[in-house]
Amino acid sequence: MTPTLGHFLTLGAMLFALAVVGIFMNRRNLIVLLMAIELMLLAVNMNFVAFSHYLGDMHGQVFVFFILTVAAAESAIGLAILVLLFRNKANIDAESLDTLQG
Amino acid sequence: MDAKTGFFYLFSVVLLYAAFRVISARNPVHAVLHLMLAFSQASGLWLLLKAEFLAIALVLVYLGAVMVLFLFVVMMLDVDVEGMRQGFWKHFPLAATIGALVALEMAAVLMGGFRGMEEPKAVAAVLDAAGQPVVVSNAKALGELMYTKYLYPVEIAAVILLVAMIAAIALTLRTRKDTKTINPSQQVHVRAADRLTVVKMAATRQAPAPEPAANAEEKKA
Repeated sequence: MTPTLGHFLTLGAMLFALAVVGIFMNRRNLIVLLMAIELMLLAVNMNFVAFSHYLGDMHGQVFVFFILTVAAAESAIGLAILVLLFRNKANIDAESLDTLQG
Repeated sequence: MDAKTGFFYLFSVVLLYAAFRVISARNPVHAVLHLMLAFSQASGLWLLLKAEFLAIALVLVYLGAVMVLFLFVVMMLDVDVEGMRQGFWKHFPLAATIGALVALEMAAVLMGGFRGMEEPKAVAAVLDAAGQPVVVSNAKALGELMYTKYLYPVEIAAVILLVAMIAAIALTLRTRKDTKTINPSQQVHVRAADRLTVVKMAATRQAPAPEPAANAEEKKA
Protein backbone atom coordinates (compact mmCIF):
# COMPACT_ATOMS: atom_id res chain seq x y z
CA MET A 1 0.00 0.00 0.00
CA THR A 2 2.02 2.94 -1.23
CA PRO A 3 1.38 6.13 0.74
CA THR A 4 -1.17 8.41 -0.90
CA LEU A 5 -2.39 11.81 0.18
CA GLY A 6 -5.02 10.06 2.28
CA HIS A 7 -2.34 8.26 4.30
CA PHE A 8 -0.56 11.48 5.21
CA LEU A 9 -3.81 13.25 6.08
CA THR A 10 -4.87 10.31 8.24
CA LEU A 11 -1.53 10.42 10.03
CA GLY A 12 -2.10 14.11 10.71
CA ALA A 13 -5.59 13.36 12.02
CA MET A 14 -4.29 10.67 14.36
CA LEU A 15 -1.57 12.99 15.66
CA PHE A 16 -4.17 15.70 16.27
CA ALA A 17 -6.45 13.24 18.08
CA LEU A 18 -3.55 12.13 20.29
CA ALA A 19 -2.86 15.76 21.17
CA VAL A 20 -6.54 16.29 22.04
CA VAL A 21 -6.42 13.23 24.32
CA GLY A 22 -3.27 14.67 25.91
CA ILE A 23 -5.03 17.96 26.65
CA PHE A 24 -7.93 16.04 28.22
CA MET A 25 -5.72 13.90 30.42
CA ASN A 26 -3.12 16.45 31.51
CA ARG A 27 -5.45 19.28 32.32
CA ARG A 28 -3.43 20.26 35.37
CA ASN A 29 0.08 20.21 33.96
CA LEU A 30 0.72 23.37 31.95
CA ILE A 31 3.99 22.12 30.44
CA VAL A 32 2.32 19.07 28.93
CA LEU A 33 -0.51 21.29 27.68
CA LEU A 34 2.03 23.41 25.80
CA MET A 35 3.62 20.28 24.35
CA ALA A 36 0.21 18.99 23.22
CA ILE A 37 -0.35 22.29 21.42
CA GLU A 38 3.00 21.82 19.67
CA LEU A 39 1.85 18.35 18.57
CA MET A 40 -1.38 19.83 17.17
CA LEU A 41 0.59 22.39 15.18
CA LEU A 42 2.81 19.60 13.87
CA ALA A 43 -0.27 17.72 12.67
CA VAL A 44 -1.53 20.82 10.88
CA ASN A 45 1.87 21.37 9.28
CA MET A 46 1.90 17.75 8.15
CA ASN A 47 -1.38 18.33 6.32
CA PHE A 48 -0.04 21.49 4.68
CA VAL A 49 3.13 19.79 3.46
CA ALA A 50 1.22 16.74 2.19
CA PHE A 51 -1.25 18.86 0.23
CA SER A 52 1.58 21.00 -1.08
CA HIS A 53 3.40 17.94 -2.40
CA TYR A 54 0.46 16.09 -3.89
CA LEU A 55 -1.14 19.15 -5.49
CA GLY A 56 2.21 20.48 -6.71
CA ASP A 57 1.71 23.90 -5.13
CA MET A 58 4.53 25.58 -3.21
CA HIS A 59 2.25 28.01 -1.36
CA GLY A 60 1.44 25.37 1.25
CA GLN A 61 5.10 25.16 2.25
CA VAL A 62 5.28 28.95 2.62
CA PHE A 63 2.36 28.69 5.02
CA VAL A 64 4.17 25.99 7.00
CA PHE A 65 7.10 28.36 7.27
CA PHE A 66 4.90 31.07 8.78
CA ILE A 67 3.20 28.59 11.11
CA LEU A 68 6.63 27.49 12.36
CA THR A 69 7.54 31.13 13.02
CA VAL A 70 4.38 31.87 14.95
CA ALA A 71 4.61 28.58 16.87
CA ALA A 72 8.17 29.37 17.95
CA ALA A 73 7.09 32.83 19.15
CA GLU A 74 4.10 31.34 20.93
CA SER A 75 6.11 28.71 22.77
CA ALA A 76 8.75 31.25 23.80
CA ILE A 77 6.15 33.57 25.33
CA GLY A 78 4.26 30.62 26.81
CA LEU A 79 7.35 29.35 28.55
CA ALA A 80 8.17 32.85 29.82
CA ILE A 81 4.68 33.09 31.31
CA LEU A 82 5.16 29.62 32.80
CA VAL A 83 8.40 30.67 34.49
CA LEU A 84 6.70 33.79 35.83
CA LEU A 85 3.80 31.70 37.13
CA PHE A 86 6.14 29.30 38.87
CA ARG A 87 7.97 32.21 40.47
CA ASN A 88 4.75 33.66 41.86
CA LYS A 89 2.79 30.55 42.82
CA ALA A 90 5.54 27.91 43.25
CA ASN A 91 3.60 25.42 41.12
CA ILE A 92 2.30 25.19 37.56
CA ASP A 93 -1.04 23.62 38.35
CA ALA A 94 -3.69 24.94 35.97
CA GLU A 95 -6.33 24.28 38.62
CA SER A 96 -4.72 26.82 40.95
CA LEU A 97 -5.23 29.65 38.46
CA ASP A 98 -8.61 30.66 39.86
CA THR A 99 -8.00 34.17 41.13
CA LEU A 100 -10.33 35.64 38.50
CA GLN A 101 -13.19 33.56 39.84
CA GLY A 102 -14.52 36.42 41.96
CA MET B 1 6.56 -2.40 -1.21
CA ASP B 2 9.35 -0.01 -2.07
CA ALA B 3 11.67 1.77 0.31
CA LYS B 4 9.53 4.90 0.42
CA THR B 5 6.51 2.97 1.66
CA GLY B 6 8.60 1.22 4.28
CA PHE B 7 10.04 4.48 5.51
CA PHE B 8 6.57 6.05 5.60
CA TYR B 9 5.24 3.35 7.90
CA LEU B 10 8.39 3.32 10.04
CA PHE B 11 8.33 7.09 10.57
CA SER B 12 4.57 7.07 11.17
CA VAL B 13 4.66 4.34 13.81
CA VAL B 14 7.57 5.93 15.68
CA LEU B 15 5.90 9.34 15.42
CA LEU B 16 2.63 8.11 16.90
CA TYR B 17 4.44 6.18 19.64
CA ALA B 18 6.47 9.26 20.55
CA ALA B 19 3.34 11.43 20.58
CA PHE B 20 1.65 8.93 22.89
CA ARG B 21 4.63 8.97 25.23
CA VAL B 22 4.59 12.79 25.24
CA ILE B 23 1.10 12.85 26.69
CA SER B 24 1.51 9.87 29.02
CA ALA B 25 5.06 10.17 30.37
CA ARG B 26 5.29 10.54 34.13
CA ASN B 27 8.51 12.54 34.01
CA PRO B 28 8.25 15.87 32.10
CA VAL B 29 11.85 15.50 30.90
CA HIS B 30 10.91 12.21 29.24
CA ALA B 31 7.94 13.95 27.65
CA VAL B 32 10.18 16.63 26.15
CA LEU B 33 12.64 14.04 24.86
CA HIS B 34 9.82 12.09 23.22
CA LEU B 35 8.56 15.31 21.69
CA MET B 36 12.02 15.75 20.15
CA LEU B 37 11.75 12.21 18.76
CA ALA B 38 8.32 13.05 17.33
CA PHE B 39 9.65 16.16 15.59
CA SER B 40 12.60 14.29 14.12
CA GLN B 41 10.24 11.63 12.70
CA ALA B 42 8.01 14.34 11.24
CA SER B 43 11.10 15.82 9.64
CA GLY B 44 11.77 12.43 8.01
CA LEU B 45 8.21 12.32 6.71
CA TRP B 46 8.60 15.80 5.22
CA LEU B 47 11.74 14.60 3.46
CA LEU B 48 9.62 11.83 1.91
CA LEU B 49 7.27 14.59 0.71
CA LYS B 50 10.23 16.37 -0.94
CA ALA B 51 10.03 19.38 1.39
CA GLU B 52 13.73 19.40 2.21
CA PHE B 53 14.01 22.99 3.35
CA LEU B 54 11.16 22.68 5.84
CA ALA B 55 12.42 19.33 7.11
CA ILE B 56 15.83 20.78 7.87
CA ALA B 57 14.29 23.96 9.30
CA LEU B 58 12.20 21.78 11.59
CA VAL B 59 15.29 20.03 12.87
CA LEU B 60 17.27 23.25 13.27
CA VAL B 61 14.55 25.47 14.71
CA TYR B 62 12.46 23.00 16.64
CA LEU B 63 14.91 20.35 17.78
CA GLY B 64 17.76 22.82 18.11
CA ALA B 65 16.08 25.80 19.71
CA VAL B 66 12.50 25.37 20.88
CA MET B 67 12.91 21.93 22.41
CA VAL B 68 16.08 22.97 24.20
CA LEU B 69 14.11 25.90 25.60
CA PHE B 70 11.43 23.46 26.78
CA LEU B 71 14.10 21.26 28.33
CA PHE B 72 15.67 24.20 30.16
CA VAL B 73 12.33 25.31 31.56
CA VAL B 74 11.31 21.79 32.59
CA MET B 75 14.60 21.25 34.37
CA MET B 76 14.52 24.69 35.97
CA LEU B 77 11.06 24.28 37.47
CA ASP B 78 10.68 21.92 40.37
CA VAL B 79 7.40 20.36 39.27
CA ASP B 80 5.34 18.31 41.66
CA VAL B 81 4.60 15.49 39.23
CA GLU B 82 2.55 13.30 41.53
CA GLY B 83 0.15 16.08 42.49
CA MET B 84 -0.26 16.94 38.82
CA ARG B 85 -1.29 13.44 37.88
CA GLN B 86 -4.24 13.24 40.22
CA GLY B 87 -7.25 12.35 38.12
CA PHE B 88 -5.01 11.37 35.21
CA TRP B 89 -6.66 8.02 34.66
CA LYS B 90 -10.05 9.27 35.78
CA HIS B 91 -10.45 11.19 32.53
CA PHE B 92 -8.95 8.42 30.42
CA PRO B 93 -12.18 6.67 29.26
CA LEU B 94 -13.77 9.92 28.10
CA ALA B 95 -10.56 11.19 26.54
CA ALA B 96 -9.83 7.92 24.75
CA THR B 97 -13.38 7.75 23.42
CA ILE B 98 -13.26 11.28 22.05
CA GLY B 99 -9.77 10.81 20.62
CA ALA B 100 -10.72 7.54 18.91
CA LEU B 101 -13.89 9.15 17.57
CA VAL B 102 -11.98 12.11 16.13
CA ALA B 103 -9.31 9.88 14.59
CA LEU B 104 -11.75 7.34 13.12
CA GLU B 105 -14.12 9.91 11.65
CA MET B 106 -11.36 11.97 10.13
CA ALA B 107 -9.61 8.85 8.83
CA ALA B 108 -12.83 7.58 7.24
CA VAL B 109 -13.49 10.86 5.49
CA LEU B 110 -9.90 11.53 4.45
CA MET B 111 -9.12 8.02 3.28
CA GLY B 112 -12.41 7.98 1.36
CA GLY B 113 -11.73 11.31 -0.29
CA PHE B 114 -7.99 11.37 -0.92
CA ARG B 115 -6.99 7.73 -1.23
CA GLY B 116 -6.98 7.97 -5.00
CA MET B 117 -4.54 10.86 -5.09
CA GLU B 118 -1.31 9.19 -6.14
CA GLU B 119 2.22 10.53 -6.22
CA PRO B 120 2.37 13.42 -8.71
CA LYS B 121 4.10 12.57 -11.95
CA ALA B 122 7.60 13.88 -12.32
CA VAL B 123 7.52 17.16 -14.20
CA ALA B 124 9.51 17.39 -17.40
CA ALA B 125 12.94 18.87 -16.85
CA VAL B 126 13.17 22.56 -17.70
CA LEU B 127 15.91 23.28 -20.17
CA ASP B 128 17.88 26.49 -20.21
CA ALA B 129 19.14 28.30 -23.32
CA ALA B 130 22.13 25.97 -23.69
CA GLY B 131 19.91 22.91 -23.51
CA GLN B 132 21.11 21.85 -20.08
CA PRO B 133 18.45 20.80 -17.56
CA VAL B 134 17.86 23.44 -14.89
CA VAL B 135 18.05 22.04 -11.38
CA VAL B 136 15.12 23.35 -9.34
CA SER B 137 15.67 22.83 -5.65
CA ASN B 138 12.99 22.99 -3.02
CA ALA B 139 14.83 25.67 -1.05
CA LYS B 140 15.27 27.82 -4.15
CA ALA B 141 11.61 27.53 -5.13
CA LEU B 142 10.51 28.36 -1.59
CA GLY B 143 12.92 31.28 -1.38
CA GLU B 144 11.80 32.75 -4.69
CA LEU B 145 8.20 32.59 -3.57
CA MET B 146 8.92 34.02 -0.12
CA TYR B 147 11.01 36.96 -1.26
CA THR B 148 8.76 38.01 -4.12
CA LYS B 149 5.14 37.23 -3.49
CA TYR B 150 5.31 36.84 0.29
CA LEU B 151 7.83 39.59 1.04
CA TYR B 152 5.45 41.63 3.18
CA PRO B 153 4.32 38.59 5.30
CA VAL B 154 7.98 37.66 5.78
CA GLU B 155 8.64 41.09 7.26
CA ILE B 156 5.58 40.76 9.50
CA ALA B 157 6.90 37.39 10.66
CA ALA B 158 10.22 39.05 11.50
CA VAL B 159 8.40 41.67 13.56
CA ILE B 160 6.45 38.91 15.34
CA LEU B 161 9.71 37.21 16.27
CA LEU B 162 11.12 40.50 17.55
CA VAL B 163 8.01 41.15 19.63
CA ALA B 164 8.15 37.62 21.03
CA MET B 165 11.80 38.07 21.96
CA ILE B 166 11.22 41.38 23.70
CA ALA B 167 8.12 40.02 25.46
CA ALA B 168 9.89 36.91 26.72
CA ILE B 169 12.80 38.96 28.05
CA ALA B 170 10.57 41.61 29.61
CA LEU B 171 8.37 39.01 31.27
CA THR B 172 11.19 37.16 32.97
CA LEU B 173 13.50 40.10 33.67
CA ARG B 174 14.20 40.40 37.37
CA THR B 175 16.26 43.24 38.89
CA ARG B 176 18.10 42.43 42.07
CA LYS B 177 17.61 44.74 45.00
CA ASP B 178 20.93 44.12 46.75
CA THR B 179 23.40 45.05 44.06
CA LYS B 180 25.61 48.13 44.31
CA THR B 181 25.20 49.17 40.70
CA ILE B 182 24.77 52.85 39.95
CA ASN B 183 21.88 54.25 37.99
CA PRO B 184 23.27 56.46 35.19
CA SER B 185 19.95 58.21 34.73
CA GLN B 186 19.90 59.36 38.33
CA GLN B 187 23.54 60.35 38.12
CA VAL B 188 22.97 62.56 35.11
CA HIS B 189 20.05 64.31 36.72
CA VAL B 190 21.85 65.17 39.93
CA ARG B 191 22.19 68.93 40.69
CA ALA B 192 24.89 70.71 42.62
CA ALA B 193 22.40 71.58 45.36
CA ASP B 194 21.93 67.87 46.13
CA ARG B 195 25.56 67.32 46.94
CA LEU B 196 26.93 70.69 48.12
CA THR B 197 25.63 73.15 50.70
CA VAL B 198 26.91 76.76 50.74
CA VAL B 199 26.94 78.24 54.21
CA LYS B 200 27.00 82.04 54.67
CA MET B 201 29.31 83.16 57.40
CA ALA B 202 31.19 86.32 58.41
CA ALA B 203 34.65 87.01 57.08
CA THR B 204 36.30 87.26 60.52
CA ARG B 205 35.42 85.37 63.63
CA GLN B 206 34.78 87.02 66.99
CA ALA B 207 37.19 86.18 69.78
CA PRO B 208 35.67 83.58 72.04
CA ALA B 209 34.39 84.83 75.42
CA PRO B 210 36.50 83.79 78.41
CA GLU B 211 35.25 80.60 79.89
CA PRO B 212 33.31 80.89 83.16
CA ALA B 213 34.94 77.76 84.54
CA ALA B 214 38.37 79.37 84.29
CA ASN B 215 37.19 82.41 86.33
CA ALA B 216 35.92 80.19 89.11
CA GLU B 217 39.31 78.53 89.28
CA GLU B 218 41.07 81.88 89.70
CA LYS B 219 38.78 82.96 92.59
CA LYS B 220 39.51 79.80 94.51
CA ALA B 221 43.21 80.36 94.22
